[in-house]
Amino acid sequence: MEKRLESIPLRDVPLWSWLTAALFLAALFLLLSASGELLTPFLGQAAMATDYVHELAHDGRHLLAVPCH
Amino acid sequence: MVSISAYLRRGMVAGLLAGLLAGLFAFFVGEPYVDGAIRLEEAAGGGGEEVFGRATQRAGLFLATGLFGVTVGGVFGLVYAYFRGRLSLERDWYRSLSLAAALFAGVFLIPFVKYPANPPTVGDPATIGERTVAYFAMVGLSVLVVLSAWLVARWLKGRGFGAPARQTVVGLGVLAAVTVLFAVLPSAPDPGSFPSGMLWGFRLSSLGTQAVFWAGLGAVFGILCERANRRRAL
Repeated sequence: MEKRLESIPLRDVPLWSWLTAALFLAALFLLLSASGELLTPFLGQAAMATDYVHELAHDGRHLLAVPCH
Repeated sequence: MVSISAYLRRGMVAGLLAGLLAGLFAFFVGEPYVDGAIRLEEAAGGGGEEVFGRATQRAGLFLATGLFGVTVGGVFGLVYAYFRGRLSLERDWYRSLSLAAALFAGVFLIPFVKYPANPPTVGDPATIGERTVAYFAMVGLSVLVVLSAWLVARWLKGRGFGAPARQTVVGLGVLAAVTVLFAVLPSAPDPGSFPSGMLWGFRLSSLGTQAVFWAGLGAVFGILCERANRRRAL
């Protein structure tokens, strides 16, 4: 039988886990969204390179229900 | 004490398996609709230059759902590590399934009802930026609604409210919040003259793909945690 569960107070959640979560969410955004257009104001033409990922993941994106085209 | 990194690892493994499983479902159930929509687009003279051929894009489906699985699974593992001790359920199996169900609702189902999935050709390419922003805003706000529902339910429980009162209040609150979101955010694109049978089939297969993913993630993650618990108990 399990003992009473320990729970981590929010301020004790280590920095690395916040960073990992942020990194994963950023990767998801690049994978899923037509991010080229959205990132152009920040990165210029280089942002359009992410559209290759976008095209390769095309069918997955549609079927995972993320807006496309 | 189980370290957070163990949950992160389990989440990534469970997510990868669930993502590939969802990819299989999407491949057999959803792909015919994607192909059908693209044929319509070509028959209408649209489409234009594509960077990758259809065969590559079909294989890319598994890359997309696999990577989606690993990353979402990793975040799921981190979130689980935080919520594990705060959920009132007794076993990791039930905790994992209920966290997966809650996130399915917040990350996918509520946004899906507002902005249903669209096959290729539906949607004006000129508005993709706005539609993407609106969609992810909806995802973020829906997750916030689910989180608030849980916090309020826990607070009411702490003040001694019974389950019927608590769940009615939280249910009405969620209904009100979701209604406001639906009214305030921009409306979904009009599918125009796209064949409605194909549209319905596509949306159903998209719903199925996500349902397979979240069910798979909750189940595999739960099994991995239960197995680790048994090993430690020996």
